[in-house]
Amino acid sequence: MRLDWEIAKRGWRRYAAYPWATAAGVFTNSVFGFLQAYILLAVYRHRTHVGGYDAHDAVTYVWLAQALLMTVYVFGWQELALRVRDGSIATDLARPLDPQRYWLAYDLGRAPYHLLFRGVLPFAVGALAFRLHYPGALDALLFALSLALAVVVSLGFRFLYNLPAFWLLDLRGVLILVIAVNLFFSGMLVPIAFFPRWLGLVAQFLPFAAILQTPIDVWLGKHGGWELAGVLALQAGWAVVLLGLGRVGLRAATRKLVIQGG
Amino acid sequence: MIEVEHLQKRFVVRRGRLRRERHVVEAVRDVSFRIDRGELVGYLGPNGAGKSTTIKMLTGILVPSGGRISVAGMEPSRQRVELARRIGAMFGQRIQLWWDLPLLDSFELLRHIYRVPADRYRASLARFCEVLELDPFLHTPVRQLSLGQRIRGELTAAMLHGPELLFLDEPTIGLDVVAKQRVRDFLVEINRQDGVTVLLTTHDLGDIERLCERLLVIDHGSLIWDGRIAELRVRYGDERTLVVDLEEPAPPLRVEGARVERVEGPRQWLRFRGPAAELTARVAAAAQVVDLQIAEPDIEEIVRRIYTGK
Amino acid sequence: MVDAVLLWRRLVGAQVRSQVQYRGSFALELVGAFVIAFLDFVAVLVIFHNTPRLAEWTVQEVAFLYALSSITFAFTDLLIGHLDLFPRLIRDGNFDILLVRPRGTLFQVIASDFQLRRLGKAAQGVLVLVYALSALEIHWTAPRVVVLLASIPAGVLIFSAVWVVFASLAFWTTDSGEFTNAFTYGGNFLAQYPIDIYGAWLRRLLAYLIPLAFVCYFPALYVLGKQDPLGLPRVLQFLSPAVALAVAVVAGCVWRFAVRHYRSAGG
Repeated sequence: MRLDWEIAKRGWRRYAAYPWATAAGVFTNSVFGFLQAYILLAVYRHRTHVGGYDAHDAVTYVWLAQALLMTVYVFGWQELALRVRDGSIATDLARPLDPQRYWLAYDLGRAPYHLLFRGVLPFAVGALAFRLHYPGALDALLFALSLALAVVVSLGFRFLYNLPAFWLLDLRGVLILVIAVNLFFSGMLVPIAFFPRWLGLVAQFLPFAAILQTPIDVWLGKHGGWELAGVLALQAGWAVVLLGLGRVGLRAATRKLVIQGG
Repeated sequence: MIEVEHLQKRFVVRRGRLRRERHVVEAVRDVSFRIDRGELVGYLGPNGAGKSTTIKMLTGILVPSGGRISVAGMEPSRQRVELARRIGAMFGQRIQLWWDLPLLDSFELLRHIYRVPADRYRASLARFCEVLELDPFLHTPVRQLSLGQRIRGELTAAMLHGPELLFLDEPTIGLDVVAKQRVRDFLVEINRQDGVTVLLTTHDLGDIERLCERLLVIDHGSLIWDGRIAELRVRYGDERTLVVDLEEPAPPLRVEGARVERVEGPRQWLRFRGPAAELTARVAAAAQVVDLQIAEPDIEEIVRRIYTGK
Repeated sequence: MVDAVLLWRRLVGAQVRSQVQYRGSFALELVGAFVIAFLDFVAVLVIFHNTPRLAEWTVQEVAFLYALSSITFAFTDLLIGHLDLFPRLIRDGNFDILLVRPRGTLFQVIASDFQLRRLGKAAQGVLVLVYALSALEIHWTAPRVVVLLASIPAGVLIFSAVWVVFASLAFWTTDSGEFTNAFTYGGNFLAQYPIDIYGAWLRRLLAYLIPLAFVCYFPALYVLGKQDPLGLPRVLQFLSPAVALAVAVVAGCVWRFAVRHYRSAGG
C-alpha cells in the first residue's frame, strides 16, 4: 500500500515538473472549448433538444470534455511501449512488482494532477463565458466515483494497446488507429447523444463511452435510479475486463521475452 | 586571422518564481587576444568559464555586449553568412549531420548548402575518406554510427567546403584512445599541410599536449593565460618529481631540497625544485639507488594550478 | 531564389527517399493520417444528422469549406509541420549549427523535414471536395475557378505564417509547444466551419488579427455565390492572396526579430 502511494507520487511529479507546458495546455483546451461550444450552439438555433440534451447540457458537455481530456487521457499514451523499446522493461520485470499494478498506481497519481491543473481552469473559463449546468450534491459525489472508474477503464485500455510493443517494432500505426477510435467513440469529437441511433448503439457496446461520456452524463444528471447504478456497474465491468485482458496479454508478453530474450 | 579586443558578453538571467529576479552574469569580461593564420591554439577553462560563449561570438552565433571582434577580416555578428563560407565549426556534443540519412547524403547536402564546385568537392571527399577511413560506413545512416565514426563524419562535414579557419568545441569527448589519435592526426595534418587555422576548446589534456603549441586559458570570463606551452611549463611547472628505486624498501629519505611525496615498497617519489643534478648526487649518497627517473609535471597539474591561482 | 528552391528540393528529396524506404510502415502511416483526418468529417456529418443547416449553411456547403481547410492545412503540415519539434531543436542546442551555415535559418528549419504521410489528410480532403462539388450546383465562371485555385496556396501561406509566428516563441520559452497547437491545429479546426457560428469577438479576431477567415471562408462565399450572412464587404472575398503576402511578411519579421533576440540573449 505504501509502495502504491510512492508510485502514485511519482506519477504526479512527472507531470507536475512542466508547469509551463501545463499552462499552455490549459490555453489550448480553452480555445477548443470555445470552438466546440459555438459549433454545438449553432445546432441549437434550430432545435431545443438533441438526444436528451438541451443547449446548456451540450455546452456543459463540451467544457467538461475539455476539462477531463487529460485526466482520462483520451490521447495517445506510450510510456510502457517506450520502456519496452529501450529495454528498461527487462529491469521492471525482474522486480517483484507487477507492471500492471505499477502503472495503475502511477496513473492514479497522475490523474489528480491533471484534474486539478488541466481540469479546473478550462472549466472555469467555460463557466465564466457560458451558462453551464451544475450537479446537486449526490450527483457530484457519484460523478467523482464515475470519474475514478473512467480513469481505471482508460488505464486498462492504454495498458492493453501498449502491449503490442513487445511484438512490433513500431507502434505508430497501431497508435493512430487506436487514438482515432477512442477519440470518436468516447464522445470527444461530438457527444454520443448527437450520434444517429445505430451509431449510438454501437458506442454503448464499446468501452470508450465509459471513459468520457459516462462521467459527463452523471454530472449532467442524465441517469436516475437503477439506470445510474447500471452505468456505474458497466464502467466497473469494463475496468475489470480490460485489466483482465491486460494481464493475459502481459503474461504472453513476458513469456515471449523470456524465450526470445527481447 | 582572429583579432579580439576587450570582448564582453553579459547575460540577463531571470530566476525565481515567475522569473522576477533579474541577475546579470558576465560570461566574458574584457578578453583580448590575437591568432595568426596557421596557428593551432588550444582554448582551456573550467566549465562555465566562458569558452563556449567566446566561440559562439567568434562564429557569429552570439552578438557581443562590448568590444571588437574581427575574424578573417569580418565582423561575425554582422557578416554571419559571408563568414560562414570561410569557417568550419564542429561542436562535439551536438549533431550537424542528418540523423536518418546515410553519411554520404549529409555530405552531398552540405556541398550544396555551401555551394562547393563538383570537382573540388570530389577531391576533398576522396582525401578525407582516405585520411579518416570513412569508406566502410559512408552509406550507413548516421543514427547507426558509433561515436567515433560519427565524429569523423562531423569533422569531414566541417571541412568539406575548404574553410581557412576551423572551430572545434570538445571534438574528442567520449572517444576511445584509437579514435582520439585519429582525430588528432587529422587536425595536425590539416593544420601543417593545408595551413588551416584551428581553435580548439577541450577538457582533454592529451589533446593539448599533442596538438597545441599555444594555449589560451579562461576562467570566470577573463583570460588568465595566453602563451606557449613551453613557457607554461617553466612558469607553473617549477616543481618536478624524482622517482627513485632503492635496493630495498626504506623509510622516506631525508634529503635536502626535496620532500617525499609517496612511498611504495622500494620506490619513492620526491618533489623538488631547481636543477636535478645536485639532488641526484645527494640521493645517491643517502641510499642504495638502483634506478631513478625524472618526471615532468603533467599538464593536468599545471592547469589545475592555473585554475586555483597558485 | 531559384537556387534556394533547388536546394530545398534536394534537402527535402533526401528526407523523402529515406521515408519511402520503409514501405510498409509508410503505407500504414499514410492510411492512419487519412483515417484520423476523416474522423473530423464524420463529426461534421454527425452534427448535420441533427440539423438541416448550421447557421445558414447546408451540409454540402460546410463540406466544401471543410475540404478546403483540410487540403490547405494538410499541405501546410507537409511543408512545415515539423515546426512542432522546433522547441526541442532549441533546447538541444542544435539551432546554433544552423547559424554557422551560409543560409537563412528559417529556410534551413523549414527544409529540414518533409513527412509525406501528411498527404493522407490531403487525400481525404480531396474526396470530401469531390463529394461537395458534385452535390452543389456551382455556377462556374473563370473568376470563380481562379479564386478557388488561388485560395489553396494563399491558405497555405496564411496557415504557415501563423505557425511560424507562434513557433518563434520557442526562442523565449521552450515549453511553448502546446500553446502553438491552439493556433495551428485550433486554426485548422475552426476553419472547417463557417465563421458566422462563432461569437462576434472571435469573428473579428479571425478576420483582422489572425486572418484565418481568409483561408476558406471568404473564398468559399465567392465560389458558392453565397450572400455573406454577416453582410461584410464583398471585396474581402478576393483578398486572400494579398492577406497571405501581408502575413508572410509579418511572419518573416517576427522570425528575424526572434533570432536577433536569441543571438543577444544567449543560447
